[in-house]
Amino acid sequence: MTTKRHEQVGLTDAQVLDMYYYMLLARKIDERQWLLNRAGKVPFVISCQGQEAAQVGAAFALEKDRDFLCPYYRDLGLVLVFGQTARDCMLSAFAKAEDPNSGGRQMPGHFGGKKYNILTGSSPVTTQVPHAVGMALAGKMQNKDFVVYASFGEGSSNQGDFHEGANFAGVHKLPVIFFCENNKYAISVPLKKQLACESVADRAIGYGFPGVSVDGNDPIEVYRVMKEAVDRARRGEGPTLIEAVMYRLVPHSSDDDDRVYRTREEVEEAKKKDPLIVFAAYLREVGLLDENTEADMLARVQLEVDEATEYAENAPYPTPESTLTHVYGN
Amino acid sequence: MAVISFIDAITMAMREEMRRDPNVFVLGEDVGVRGGVFRATNGLIEEFGEARVIDTPLAESAIVGVGIGAAAYGMRPIAEIQFADFIMPAVNQIVSEAAKMRYRSNNDWNCPITIRAPFGGGVHGALYHSQSVEAMFTNVPGLKVVAPSTPYDAKGLLKAAIRDDDPVLFFEHKRCYRLIKGEVPEHDYVLPIGKADVKREGTDITVISYGLTLHFCLQAAEKLAQEGISAHVLDLRTLYPLDKEAIIEAASKTGKVLIVHEDNKEGGVGGEVAAIIAEHCLFDLDAPIKRLCGPDVPAMPYSPPMEKFFMLNPEKVLEAMRELANF
Amino acid sequence: MATKVLMPQLGESVTEGTISKWLVNVGDTVKKYDPLAEVTTDKVNAEVPSTVSGRVTEIVVPEGETVAVGTLILYIEESGAAGGSASPAQADAPVSAPAATQASTAATAQAAAPAVQSAPPARQAAGNDGAKQRYSPAVVMLSQQHGIDLSRVVGTGAGGRITRKDVQAIIDAGGQKPAEQVAEAQAPAAAPAPTAAPAQTAPAATPAPSVDIPVATGDQVVPVTPIRRTIANRMVQSKHEAPHAWTMIEVDVTNLVNFRNQVKAEFAKKEGLNLTFLPFFIKAVVEALKEYPMINSTWANDKIIVKKEINISIAVATDDALFVPVIKDADQKSILGIAKAVDDLAARTRAGKLTMDDMTGGTFTVNNTGSFGSVLSQPIINSPQAAILSVESIVKRPVVINDMIAVRSMVNLCMSLDHRVLDGLICGRFLQSVKQKLESIGPDTKLY
Repeated sequence: MTTKRHEQVGLTDAQVLDMYYYMLLARKIDERQWLLNRAGKVPFVISCQGQEAAQVGAAFALEKDRDFLCPYYRDLGLVLVFGQTARDCMLSAFAKAEDPNSGGRQMPGHFGGKKYNILTGSSPVTTQVPHAVGMALAGKMQNKDFVVYASFGEGSSNQGDFHEGANFAGVHKLPVIFFCENNKYAISVPLKKQLACESVADRAIGYGFPGVSVDGNDPIEVYRVMKEAVDRARRGEGPTLIEAVMYRLVPHSSDDDDRVYRTREEVEEAKKKDPLIVFAAYLREVGLLDENTEADMLARVQLEVDEATEYAENAPYPTPESTLTHVYGN
Repeated sequence: MAVISFIDAITMAMREEMRRDPNVFVLGEDVGVRGGVFRATNGLIEEFGEARVIDTPLAESAIVGVGIGAAAYGMRPIAEIQFADFIMPAVNQIVSEAAKMRYRSNNDWNCPITIRAPFGGGVHGALYHSQSVEAMFTNVPGLKVVAPSTPYDAKGLLKAAIRDDDPVLFFEHKRCYRLIKGEVPEHDYVLPIGKADVKREGTDITVISYGLTLHFCLQAAEKLAQEGISAHVLDLRTLYPLDKEAIIEAASKTGKVLIVHEDNKEGGVGGEVAAIIAEHCLFDLDAPIKRLCGPDVPAMPYSPPMEKFFMLNPEKVLEAMRELANF
Repeated sequence: MATKVLMPQLGESVTEGTISKWLVNVGDTVKKYDPLAEVTTDKVNAEVPSTVSGRVTEIVVPEGETVAVGTLILYIEESGAAGGSASPAQADAPVSAPAATQASTAATAQAAAPAVQSAPPARQAAGNDGAKQRYSPAVVMLSQQHGIDLSRVVGTGAGGRITRKDVQAIIDAGGQKPAEQVAEAQAPAAAPAPTAAPAQTAPAATPAPSVDIPVATGDQVVPVTPIRRTIANRMVQSKHEAPHAWTMIEVDVTNLVNFRNQVKAEFAKKEGLNLTFLPFFIKAVVEALKEYPMINSTWANDKIIVKKEINISIAVATDDALFVPVIKDADQKSILGIAKAVDDLAARTRAGKLTMDDMTGGTFTVNNTGSFGSVLSQPIINSPQAAILSVESIVKRPVVINDMIAVRSMVNLCMSLDHRVLDGLICGRFLQSVKQKLESIGPDTKLY
């Protein structure tokens, strides 16, 4: 009998099954969006595939409705845990009026929504990092005890905003989690051309707070280090940088062709460590998942995705004239 | 009513707003113990403490970006950029983030940040302490750009900026700080952002300006009055969005328009003002729309004769006004 | 088919005319060239003749109404046209009646119907070709809204540009009077504009039509006749546009009086007309104008046009109006020639027989105010001329000559000048020249 690692980090059986559900839902929504794109129904897809474990593991260490997210464009798994639904994601993919992120104004993957505690994001990378620091500063000034989670890719860790934000948070000991999803590629540029240091986590030392590297394919491990960081933050001990190492299983976006910059062998090798496969194997190993329950869960997820697609495809677009609204509040 | 300097009006506005609303706070380089390199935040840290008057690390994008995050959460940050010349590292945060938050979130989020920046030359500040950078931001819907010219306007508009639910870029001409004094009520008042102000009524020519050069225009108008030339002087006060109605009204009044600003001419605010007039006032125009601006060189040189050459002054403005009046 | 008769263009810049009196009634038979109506324009009173023979079938425009050039004023059923003998083109074509008393110069028949490809409108050709003015949009807009003829506006802007304020000032003053003044300034080659009357004595301030002045009991209200209106407008326009300066000299004309007394009887017998003093004054003025051609000029906004011809306008009064016929080429005329011209013009003025040509082309005006006893006057310039000279009464006065008092025949010559064109110095020299010429008249003076 394998040890139930999840219990050691404080996760219940129900929680890890939920985690798997969110990972599976994210994956299936993502796969559907690729199909819709290739069918010419949605213009653009940007993927979470290969990063679901890290996203869901991190999200489970946070408190929904209390903590705030400043995510980046691959964080589909993260936002699902914080309350976005398959329907929300499909409305965004189809750019429909009901898209909770932007009312159809932004590309998919630009998550946001006050009701989910998710700050609106943009396409220039890493701008959300100082925002997270600012939100944490506001919380501190108002004596709130929420934590702000900012995620970004390893490429983004080169941006000034990462360093400026991390430094500011370090100086002011703000409750921010800097969560780097190191998927090894910044579009086509591999890690070795991005960083001179061993890992992104090494960068934390320059800002006076801990930096931790963790296997991003293992949601339980990610949960564990996240939980520690969140606890530190809540105790007023300041920020933590977490680097979750994983692999981007698909091209950068629906407009990218990754065959020109990485071999199929490399990708196939990575797919053996696909977090969904690995985590499902763990759940089977600890007896939480069998053929029937897995089939049931898959059917439930497929139904959600089908219904969401159907709904979003038939949902109304924003009116053309609404282009002119919401430039200013007054 | 007390006569105070432009910079004291700025300080007064911030102090009043910080007393009025605990969500208002100041952040920037040297704004705390030092009270700002121009002393605009003088005395604030003593009254409000270092939690609300934050000396930040030297990193402009963070000053603005952190401010944006706090504003999104519901605070009312006043971020100071020490010199407008140094705002460039923060442009992405201002233009891509602050200005677009409301729009891109379909009115879900907003960003009530005020970003103050001293601009302009004539202080031996050379290339990087003299620039007028406003035109870079007057093409950014979602952002409001304000540039007052008098202490009264400075106080009323800064308070309005702080209370505004959208991001406001607040440019203060550094030469005005101690040069320009005026009556400022000690009580609370705000002035509307987006409204220009007629600073002098006249019938022969219309002069449109803002910031320091507005005062040059007023001085020149005074002299020209002795020659029998009556100048109508409009202070834009808000550079974006422009007060189109006021511009049209002022331009139509005389049909002869001179636009004056220290910022260089090509692509400057004056070009947009001229375009508005050209679009709306063709049949009121009695002369080509004229612009008197800084030269189109990268920035203001240090050497005194070069600085003097670059800068406008009342004589240059007077000459341009007289020429237009005689057209 | 009835022929349409249109309001003719009586003068090159005239845009409208008033039917002051119909001379025919519906049903009347008229022959070609029979007068149809008296028409008053800014420039002239004229009888409009019929261009066809036939019967008047309809009068379209009632008496007293002012209509634009080219407006249909009546129909004539052509005699002999019944049965469609006239070609459709002729029948359909509106015919613009030339002014009865008019020579062929100005009023080219201008047809309104596009079918008639007649000569291009004289006004267009004459008026616009020389115009180099550029107007701002505001000036164009305002002038159109308020019916202001920019060619008559004096610009105060750079290079004489007409500014918005210039136009606004006219509007604020009640608008531009409909007088026409354009041709000379803009088209020197075209026939000079006819001129209406300059004031003889005190300037006749004409209130704008809209001015509301209360009428008290017993006051008599005299309707303003078209000619009075024209005079009034012209006076206001001249005073408004041309900054008037004024100067006067006195001239000892004792020798002239003596000479004229010597020759007048024989002159009357030989030439059949009275030799008055006026031809001598005109002759002296003309000779002086040759020496000072700048006096014989006109203001044209961005330039001054010095006229080659010397055509002297003379003021001739009737009981209720004032006309200023012109002695053409006065510099080529002897005193006799001038005398004859004066006599002829005066007679035809009083008979109402002046033609357009008689009234056009003046370059300088001599005004014989002495004829009604005036000794001092401030004449209004006969715009667009640059100056006007009035000849006052010749009176005997004690004059100091060589420290002795003598009784001499003295006359005052008063001159108003357009100060845009002329200054005191040149006018002083001009008047000194006139004075010298008058005082040199004597037995050697040639009359022929």
